[in-house]
Amino acid sequence: MATLRYLPLAQVPQWLDGLAKSYTVFAPAREGSAVVYRPRAEGSMPELTARPTESAKHVVFPRAHELFSFTYKADPAVVGKRDLTLTQPQDPTPTVVFGALSCDARGFFAFDPVYDGCGTKGLAKDVYYLKRRQNTALVVLACRTALATCFCNWTGGSPASREGADVLATLVNDGLVMEALTPKGEELVSGLAEAGAEQGAAAEASHTAAEATMAPVPGAPLDPKAIADAVLARFDDATFWQAESAGCLACGACTYLCPTCYCFNITDESNGISGVRLRSWDTCMASLFTLEASGHNPRTAKANRLKNRVGHKFSYYPSLHGGRFSCCGCGRCIKSCPSSVDIRRIVQNALAAANVKE
Amino acid sequence: MATNTAAAPQRPSCDASTPNPYMPYLATVVEVIDETPNIKTFRVVLQDADAMKSFTFQPGQVGQLSVFGFGESTFVINSPPTRMDYLQFSVMRTGENTQALHNVAAGDTIGVRGPLGNSFPYESMKGKDIVFVGGGIGMAPLRTLLLFMLDNRKDYGKISLLYGARSPQDMAFSYELPEWLGRDDLDCVLTIDREAEGWQHKVGLIPNVLLEMAPSANNCVAITCGPPIMIKFTLQALEKLGFAPEQIVTTLEKRMKCGIGICGRCNIGDKYVCVDGPVFTLAELKEIPNEL
Repeated sequence: MATLRYLPLAQVPQWLDGLAKSYTVFAPAREGSAVVYRPRAEGSMPELTARPTESAKHVVFPRAHELFSFTYKADPAVVGKRDLTLTQPQDPTPTVVFGALSCDARGFFAFDPVYDGCGTKGLAKDVYYLKRRQNTALVVLACRTALATCFCNWTGGSPASREGADVLATLVNDGLVMEALTPKGEELVSGLAEAGAEQGAAAEASHTAAEATMAPVPGAPLDPKAIADAVLARFDDATFWQAESAGCLACGACTYLCPTCYCFNITDESNGISGVRLRSWDTCMASLFTLEASGHNPRTAKANRLKNRVGHKFSYYPSLHGGRFSCCGCGRCIKSCPSSVDIRRIVQNALAAANVKE
Repeated sequence: MATNTAAAPQRPSCDASTPNPYMPYLATVVEVIDETPNIKTFRVVLQDADAMKSFTFQPGQVGQLSVFGFGESTFVINSPPTRMDYLQFSVMRTGENTQALHNVAAGDTIGVRGPLGNSFPYESMKGKDIVFVGGGIGMAPLRTLLLFMLDNRKDYGKISLLYGARSPQDMAFSYELPEWLGRDDLDCVLTIDREAEGWQHKVGLIPNVLLEMAPSANNCVAITCGPPIMIKFTLQALEKLGFAPEQIVTTLEKRMKCGIGICGRCNIGDKYVCVDGPVFTLAELKEIPNEL
């Protein structure tokens, strides 16, 4: 294990100000009743107690960003002829997310294979995502308790999971115990004082205590293959999906808050002779998502759309990516759903339906 | 649980040499052909001469056409890879971007991304008889493979084409039809839905005419593309004629954005039409969830 370091809470703003000289620093901050990840204001103390409403996904995968810009310019030599140039945006700057949750860090694992050309399938690589991904360091703040909506343990996570983190920070008494997990993480914390043995033990105890607050996985050990099969087995069961989506308002909040939802739209915005092609978050819960120019739509009903969302996370994605769910169990979709749609309940109901059949 | 607790994957990365799949080639429209009241064909040449020279694709692959400021949509490359003077796309006017494309004139610059998607399994069709069944704009992808096969004629057995449209005016590639009808190495049948003055070919819906033609399924592959309702009844007709699902090839359409298997809207279960398609055999379609 790497050397543990200690950062007194009072020195957090100063330490982050130091990091800000070399990195763009995102940290959780209050915004109305929500806690969101924002570029940190100099000297400010991040919100470290309330659970962030959103995930840190947008730091690596912005809500909207430019793919390229285009400019038309009249050719002075030929009347009516216009030359067109395309310009790619500048590469992203090195970035640190301070206070990401362990589920957020693990959420990027759902993006990675898809945006990296699907491994052996050798598809195109999404350079915009990959550049930000490799330029972003994640300082994960270990959760001290599980919320009622948390189910990271269903997906192999835990409140203080080190997976995907560069640094694991644990709140103990009046400071943070910092454990570097990657060379990038070591670079961030190397200037901090070493933690004492007591502080290290307190961090360890905090992890164990947090783990104990997690509700156990129902029917453990959970069998991902059985879940994938059970969800797929409901594909033609319209009654099942109508019942599960009865309360759904198709607002899309679940997809926007989800650390693993990665679907996007591409649109052009132009202003006379110049403009940009943008990539922006999209939501499979909207009927326009799949509406074709002919008027045909394979997913007109919200039941079809919820089926695709749950099916993708627990069946289609695992079948393509080594059995891993496209879900990190953060529970934000449950917590922020205006009509209490609970993705855990849908999965369990699918399992139950599969068992009845057999 | 095992798969989900497996060691955390490595974080992916890229470098300056990784190509950007979202950057279109700039292409000059060299010719615009008015095919029907709502279909235009665009012949384009990539402005980067080296890129044009090294551009390779397989019959059935698609490209994304951009009119900058409007957007990007997917169309099959309907000229064959055996004729590389230009890349040809036929566009039916249905929405914003296709309207913008219809406003494009020869000499204008558009964007082209491609080739994307899979292709017709033309290798495994060698030595076999081929039946093409195209309806309306669905003739476009068939045209690519038809011309490719005509350019490699000795590799294939008997080649038949049944091409139908609502009316003579709705028949794209009409200027090529006399040549196709005149070839003795191609059995070409044309049909329209309703009688029209001066029409000297078949009148009737494609599936019915196909049953009349009654091609033998023996050592034969049928390739069909067209509007969903035509596909539905054509598949039924082919099965009635004894074609096994493995002998029937078709192409699917979905709303697409990225074209490279990421953006998430063209999936049917775990298949992405943009990378696993657009070409599927009926046998493959029977394996995937029913969500066309």
